[in-house]
Amino acid sequence: MMSAPGTAVWFARHEWRLAWRDWLAMMTAGRRERLRRVVIAIAIFVIFMHFVAYWTVGRYANAVPDKATLVTISASVLLSWLLMISQAMESTTRAFYSRSDLDLILASPTAVEKVFAVRIATVAVSMAMMALPLAGPFIDVLIVCGGWRWIGAYGLIVAMSAAATALAVGFTVALFRLIGPKRTRFVAQVVAAVIGAAFVIGLQVAAILSYGTLSRVSVLQSQAVLALAPDAGSFIWWPARAALGDGWALSGVLALSFALLAAVIAVVAPRFGEYAISAASAGGAAVSRPGHGGAFQSTSPQRALRRKEWTLLRRDPWLVSQTLMQMLYLIPPAVLLWRGLDNSHGGYSGAYLLLVPVLVMAAGQLAGGLAWLAISGEDAPDLVASAPVPPRFVVRAKIEAVLGVIAIVFAPLVAGLALVSPWHALVTIGGIGIAAAAATSIQLWFRSQAKRSQFRRRQVSSRVATFAEAFSSIGWAATAAVAAANLWLAIAPGLMTIAVVTGAWCMSPRPRHA
Amino acid sequence: MQHVVPPVPFALEVCGLVKRFDRPAVDGLDLTVRAGEFYALVGPNGAGKTTTLRMIAGLLRPDAGTIRVCGIDALEDPVAAKRVMAWISDEPMIYDKLSPQEYLEFVAGLWSIAPELAAPRAHGLLHWLDLLPHAHERCEGFSKGMRQKVALAGALIHEPRLIILDEPLTGLDAGSARQVKRVLRERVRAGGTIIMTTHILEVAERMADRIGVIAHGKLIAEGTLEELRRQAGKGLDQTVAKNAGASVGASLEDTFLALVAEEAEAA
Repeated sequence: MMSAPGTAVWFARHEWRLAWRDWLAMMTAGRRERLRRVVIAIAIFVIFMHFVAYWTVGRYANAVPDKATLVTISASVLLSWLLMISQAMESTTRAFYSRSDLDLILASPTAVEKVFAVRIATVAVSMAMMALPLAGPFIDVLIVCGGWRWIGAYGLIVAMSAAATALAVGFTVALFRLIGPKRTRFVAQVVAAVIGAAFVIGLQVAAILSYGTLSRVSVLQSQAVLALAPDAGSFIWWPARAALGDGWALSGVLALSFALLAAVIAVVAPRFGEYAISAASAGGAAVSRPGHGGAFQSTSPQRALRRKEWTLLRRDPWLVSQTLMQMLYLIPPAVLLWRGLDNSHGGYSGAYLLLVPVLVMAAGQLAGGLAWLAISGEDAPDLVASAPVPPRFVVRAKIEAVLGVIAIVFAPLVAGLALVSPWHALVTIGGIGIAAAAATSIQLWFRSQAKRSQFRRRQVSSRVATFAEAFSSIGWAATAAVAAANLWLAIAPGLMTIAVVTGAWCMSPRPRHA
Repeated sequence: MQHVVPPVPFALEVCGLVKRFDRPAVDGLDLTVRAGEFYALVGPNGAGKTTTLRMIAGLLRPDAGTIRVCGIDALEDPVAAKRVMAWISDEPMIYDKLSPQEYLEFVAGLWSIAPELAAPRAHGLLHWLDLLPHAHERCEGFSKGMRQKVALAGALIHEPRLIILDEPLTGLDAGSARQVKRVLRERVRAGGTIIMTTHILEVAERMADRIGVIAHGKLIAEGTLEELRRQAGKGLDQTVAKNAGASVGASLEDTFLALVAEEAEAA
């Protein structure tokens, strides 16, 4: 059925066509012939997730809405919702700053508020579409094991998506008005990263401070939290009750969420164009303070390359927010260390074992991202290639730049660990070094020229590299954890991880010319 | 560390250059550019101009042939050859998050130019290209013209003996284009050598000492405009007749079209 041009339905069709093709291109890396394989992979993933769901939540299918259950479900809902807000902020920021079709829309005689109303609604729908496949298996298992009452959880996800989008749009617009379009992009990206991680990390820090473990459940099920929680009849529990099948609670949550989204659309959509124009006009160049009184520093090509990489990494808002995410996840281990240093009885020695894989894993992940930026994300590849520097020097300088950042980030934590447990610190140093080297090598083998601004899509360029990098980091983290307990036992996971890295090397593309 | 290369009669000597992708992109190309010469390479789309220049700049490895830059074998010793060359493409190779001053410091570092030499040169270039007021602003907000000027300053900071330019005027406004042309003329006047591809035939006609016409990966004609007119011969008479002109005063455009048409017929 065709809709009349210029109507909201017509715009919605246009938006959905673009979103669908974007998703398809992302999943298939632009190759249509991969579609069948992608569908099969998704089907396998969904089946696998149902098993995971049965294993993790199956036993809670017959839960009754007592306080402990409501607290646990509410915490899970809140965590998911924060992640949705984080993602929605990302999407909203992109909608403001992306110039792909804004010029066309703003230059057309169409009613722009309709377009932007549809665009905000599309963000809400895409949030739901992202959450449903992930939450679906868990809800399905609860329905099968506990009855149809759990179907309300699907409705809750729709409500959460609407509310998360409304808050994200509202917050981004508030930032626009408060700090101006120039700073909003960076601040919104950092805030999105912090919101996404803050809840989990907050619970971990609370668990460490109270119970000396990294477990989040220990806090949620503690007597202190249960005593502080409101009565079971409070409206605070509406989302949890909605998930448990309370029809009235679900209706209330849905009504509130859609009312919030409608209000935000009504207020923001007519001004969205104005904000987009402000964002486009915010390109006024940032000024770099000249160091050394404007004089040039004595330098070699390698040092110039390293310094350039570090300057670009420091000035890259995306990278800063990504790094901040990694740093946030390091807060709980840091708190654990601080508590350990403060505790002379040595009651935390078992917990240090947990620190080793956390640090190694974080180092591997951070190194992968940094290595992509330094090696593949070179904005002036011809300039570097046409310089009188042998290619191996260029690669070495870039690797040094990556490892330098890793060293700066992790040195304080490893130094703290060394004070309380030198053996664990030694294993951690080894693990961080190997994990970072492996992640950097994988990026080197699979390098493909791209703009730094394409950082978000780096996973699309090579699925093998993405999975190899993830499995390598996990593998080295596991190896380090086992090595911290028993060095000989670490040989097995170490060999398995070497096999993963070697497999990646075998599958990497080789240069064609001699 | 400064590397001194003795003066040579030829800034560039290319012999039997071959590069194949799915089909031959450059097919046994021979080309010689004298030191201190402004040489323009023109040709239809896909003729192999950019591929040729990228091989000379060391950005692509040829399948066969030799390249000598100021007497240095660029395939044997690419680092030494790159030391005396600069490469500028139509897409300015700069970093959005660096300021022009920082960019020039980086490029000077890549070419190992001593800071006491590089800093005043950078100041001079920024002044010359009207970039001094923006020297400490990040390049992310710059127009295409300003970005190209930053890239040009980067190319000149190590005072190259051979500058290779691939469509340097694409997308520039009249003011920026004039400034870039002025800079290039100054370089040639100071003894530098330039080889440039362009689709703007008037630029080649006005600026170049010699023009090479490339088609299907081969150099099909070469010389001054007058020499090219003679080489075009009968084909040029027909082309000019179509435009009701006289072959004696035929423009480079007429000459170019006649030469390319003849080559297509021969192929």
